[in-house]
Amino acid sequence: MNKQLIYGLLLSVVMVIAPHVIHLPLWVSALSACLLAWPAYLAARGEPLPSHWLLIAISIAATGGILIEYHSLFGREAGVTLLIVLSTLKLMELKTKRDAMALIYLCCFIIITNFLYSQSLVTGLYMLACLLIISQVWVQLHMYPGPFKTRLKIACTLLLQAIPLTVILFVLFPRLPGPLWGLPQDAFSRSGLDDMMSPGSLGRLALSDAVAFRVAYPGPPPRRDQMYWRGPVLWNFDGRTWTQGKSVQIFSAQLSDTTQPISYNVTLEADNKIWLFALDMPDSLSIPYRRMNDAQLLNPEPVTTRLRYQARSYLSYHANLLESAAQLQRALQLPAGFNPKSRRLAANWRANGSDSRIISSALGFFNRQNFHYTLDAPPLGLNGIDDFLFTTRAGFCEHYASGFVFLMRAAGIPARVVTGYQGGEYNAFGNYYIVRQSDAHAWAEVWLQDRGWLRIDPTAAIAPERVEQNLSAALPDNTVLPFMARNPPQWLRELSLNWDAISYQWNSFVIGYDNERQFAFMNRLGLASVRWQALSMMTGIALIIGLFALYMLRHLISLKQDKTQAAWLKFCRKLARSGLPRLPYEGPQAYAIRVCIARPDLAVSIKTIANRYIALRYGIPQPENTQRDFLQLVAQFRPSAN
Amino acid sequence: MRSALKLRLSKWLFRPKIEHGSIVLTQRRIFILPTRQGLALVLLLIVMLLGDINYSLSLGYMLTFLLAMMSVLSMLHAFRNLAQLEISAGRVEPVFSGETARFLLHFNSKIPRYQLVLQGRDSVCFDLPAGRNSEIIYPALATKRGRLSAGRLTLYTEFPLGLFHAWCYLHFDTWALIYPNPCASAPLPIGETPDSTGKRSVTGDDDFAGLRNYVSGDALPRIAWKAYARGHALQVKQFATQLGEEIVLRLTDAPEPGLEGKLSRMTRWVLDAERQGLRYGLNLPDSELNAGNGTAHRDECLRRLALYGLSDASPNPP
Repeated sequence: MNKQLIYGLLLSVVMVIAPHVIHLPLWVSALSACLLAWPAYLAARGEPLPSHWLLIAISIAATGGILIEYHSLFGREAGVTLLIVLSTLKLMELKTKRDAMALIYLCCFIIITNFLYSQSLVTGLYMLACLLIISQVWVQLHMYPGPFKTRLKIACTLLLQAIPLTVILFVLFPRLPGPLWGLPQDAFSRSGLDDMMSPGSLGRLALSDAVAFRVAYPGPPPRRDQMYWRGPVLWNFDGRTWTQGKSVQIFSAQLSDTTQPISYNVTLEADNKIWLFALDMPDSLSIPYRRMNDAQLLNPEPVTTRLRYQARSYLSYHANLLESAAQLQRALQLPAGFNPKSRRLAANWRANGSDSRIISSALGFFNRQNFHYTLDAPPLGLNGIDDFLFTTRAGFCEHYASGFVFLMRAAGIPARVVTGYQGGEYNAFGNYYIVRQSDAHAWAEVWLQDRGWLRIDPTAAIAPERVEQNLSAALPDNTVLPFMARNPPQWLRELSLNWDAISYQWNSFVIGYDNERQFAFMNRLGLASVRWQALSMMTGIALIIGLFALYMLRHLISLKQDKTQAAWLKFCRKLARSGLPRLPYEGPQAYAIRVCIARPDLAVSIKTIANRYIALRYGIPQPENTQRDFLQLVAQFRPSAN
Repeated sequence: MRSALKLRLSKWLFRPKIEHGSIVLTQRRIFILPTRQGLALVLLLIVMLLGDINYSLSLGYMLTFLLAMMSVLSMLHAFRNLAQLEISAGRVEPVFSGETARFLLHFNSKIPRYQLVLQGRDSVCFDLPAGRNSEIIYPALATKRGRLSAGRLTLYTEFPLGLFHAWCYLHFDTWALIYPNPCASAPLPIGETPDSTGKRSVTGDDDFAGLRNYVSGDALPRIAWKAYARGHALQVKQFATQLGEEIVLRLTDAPEPGLEGKLSRMTRWVLDAERQGLRYGLNLPDSELNAGNGTAHRDECLRRLALYGLSDASPNPP
């Protein structure tokens, strides 16, 4: 193996595995680095490759290590790790062309595994660069150690020519929906809202800049304090943690007196969770979903790819006016015996007032009693609600929602906790809203006799800025927040929004192009049946390849034949028909002499034609009319007129 | 059994068609099939596509399609690497049996071409520059006297990605003349006259008789270089006494038992006689050559020895 080739292959392997390093176990990264440095050193010194047995021993040890680390050789993490170790080991047994080809194929496969982790525009461009390097090495493998420039040119040509064909295939190749086999659970794991809430769980999310979903409103957007994105609804309380509990589903959800309808498009990021987020109160979605009695919208399976849907909500509504007694009973359940002070407070309120009086007293309690809105809430004891309401008086939205719902239930008003997202950042460049994990929020819903479930956000009573502006406005200045949740300088914010707008387009048109979008797009193009779709794909590809072929062979196919030459060949054909074909080795002169002897009757015209042909084709440039005369002579030549 | 069938099929499909003159590789002459690595890539692409579908990887689809299209295009590039290439067979210098005959092939290409391999029993790998006539030598080991045909050569390329094997067959009617292998060393047979036994004097060689114009085939040592340097035309010195010494080389004089051995001995005699400047004639059972001298005469003698007893039928394949 040529030294240059080994370095090329080494570079390819390094480039494709580099993005994996952040999620590889440390020992695998270290092992790979050693296994990469070793052949580089050997190649530089011109020493032979290590023995077969050593390589086998290393691979067995590495496989064992992976098995211990992941308890499996399959699945995303273990599989990728195994591939990476294999590719670095393969570098050490490069003996034949076949080994190099196998390594090149392995590199291409590792590129694909990178897409399991990220499909951003940057990743796409980086991988294109990797592919260019790989194909350069690939060409080098099948070429004499020619100049680098030629190799690069050939690789570039191949890649550039393949791009339009790829676009056609990407758009028209019939897409299949969903997974073919069960996705391993670890395929996509992202943080997001969960089906339980305990003190601090939303505070942790507030530290994440990750995008939860993006929303575009075709019409005017709602007011900011109406942007409540409904997620998991929590009913059961064990004194510390809120959970969903077991739904007693007697009535399906009902909405009545609905006004202020609003439609919008949501692009939900994969979070491996089942909730589909929509504005309070959701009415319908464009994709299949399940609607729970408490208006949670659930996807049939965990969301493992970016999902786009259209949703419709009513900003003003009456929800579940006829709630079942069993559900109301659930909404009053409290763990017995804890938080006596809170219970006493609620009982006081109950004693002297109606439901609405109780609610306003509770909000007033939060408002007046010097509560703080903060991410670092002090830890709470066994009577967590009492501690929070009477001692620490500092917390994040989950504390307030939890405390408020506890007070309501203790006062005999059915109440539940709703988690989701609130607000979002407007991106003027793309005209949409970005909702991040840091926008996660929790609020309360209470059930009133003639009002149904009513949303009440206790956080708004303490920190109205949280709802009206954003998180950083509501929190004290010294709070550690993710970069985008603070207020970065204007230019940086614009840059970041610009970039997000590009990513949004990329995500919705390239990454989000699935079988449904393809179907919609094909319908718009008028290619309703798959057969037409496949046919147009084939035609497009054949057409483009044909064009490339014409372009590439343009020097080889001379469509414009020389007129003189054509006439001479015609002359030869005429003579051949009269039994005097030109022999392969005969030039025009020798042929003319032979034919003249055989046909003395034609000697004059044959000699003239041959001489003119020789002069035109091989002599100095002739005046214009010489060629015309020659063509005429050939046309008039009649050998058969004996 | 299967390989025999395959061989017969390929013999029928690509049955030899011996050609003369120059040939141009048109699309009907060029065959393309995927290589083993090409088939392996198809397998890899299928696995990739299944992964893309399963994990809904849009970028994965793109990479898979990109690789697939690159390999399809590599077929076009492989075809182009052979298409419209003009090839003609050149002359082949005669060699002695046991030496390597060098078949000259002229390649004329309008575009640069890479990694062409000419394969018969041996193989030669070469690149071709654009717009120039290139000469490629295909070496073939001559194992017996007579006519040696280059046989059917395969010109193939796996450029640029090694996924497709594009090839064509070249079967020119060109052949190399293979002289018999001269035996190690042997004294020349006794001359015509008894009194000149063993004393074929070559002193007369120095008796300069005059100059005549050079004819191609004249021995180089006899060229009058001094006269040439003075600006005269290329001339050859003639020697008077040379005309006196004459021997006839007869096949029957060779002591070896077999024909090939005899011919091998005769070849040695011809070479020695020429080197010593003798006038020598050839006497073979089916033909006779009057005494003469010079490279042209030597070559004619060797040609007759090479072809002695062989039919004029098709030359031997290597």
